[in-house]
Amino acid sequence: MISRIISLTSGIIFGVGLSVSNMINPEKVLGFLDLFGQWDPSLIFVMMGAIIVSAPVFFLFRNKNKPLFADNFSIPTLKSIDKNLIIGSGTFGVGWGMVGFCPGPAISSLALLNTYSVFFVLSMLGGFLLTKLTNKIIVASQ
Amino acid sequence: MNIINFTPLSAFVGGIIIGLAVILFFVGNGRLAGVSSIVNNALVSKQNRTDNFLFIVGLVLGPIFYAFFTKNNIPFLITSSLPIIIIAGFLVGIGTKVGRGCTSGHGICGISLLSLRSITATIIFMITAIITVRLIG
Repeated sequence: MISRIISLTSGIIFGVGLSVSNMINPEKVLGFLDLFGQWDPSLIFVMMGAIIVSAPVFFLFRNKNKPLFADNFSIPTLKSIDKNLIIGSGTFGVGWGMVGFCPGPAISSLALLNTYSVFFVLSMLGGFLLTKLTNKIIVASQ
Repeated sequence: MNIINFTPLSAFVGGIIIGLAVILFFVGNGRLAGVSSIVNNALVSKQNRTDNFLFIVGLVLGPIFYAFFTKNNIPFLITSSLPIIIIAGFLVGIGTKVGRGCTSGHGICGISLLSLRSITATIIFMITAIITVRLIG
């Protein structure tokens, strides 16, 4: 039960952070990505703020036996910089630069009842499902 | 390059708040607050489904709480056309699934864990996003 409350609360705090920093706003994010035009460096400060808080805590806790309200830590074990990481991240960046939405802000912005946010999120879910389907076909054909 | 609309203080404070969410989720539930993975898993996996949904509900409640308690308007503007929105949504979905992370998972959690994979991913998606804005902006 406590872990459920933590999941909900983490989401709420994350959404508040996106609102305070205005990263929920695609126009603000595009301002950061417009490096060679009218540049707004704010996004760098958001990432710095988040990393300064989380990095020391990760460092202190990742080698503890277990988290407070779950059985173990789940941290990705992949280490190699593979083709999927490069192609996937490159593709994500193109989509991010087209509108200024990445997954967190897109989901959070559903609160603002903007139709475009809904279309973006549905398309993103479509992208997840399409990739899953394609992976299945590739695995089945091997 | 001209610098405009720069809001370092609210950006930094907002970032710290996001960092607090990340450490709460990690220290409490042992998980990384990477939004693309959470949403993708809520969609396709039974494991932790309730927690994933609750995190997503929280993400949507966040701006509502913020607006309610601070009485601030949240500036919000999308200038893209609907076809662009749909294509971009698909690319973000496919890209974050194939690359296993987004701005939060790789950009914040992964970098905080000093993961070389995440640092690489973040540099790549920043570069392709900046090029995209340059080409279509």
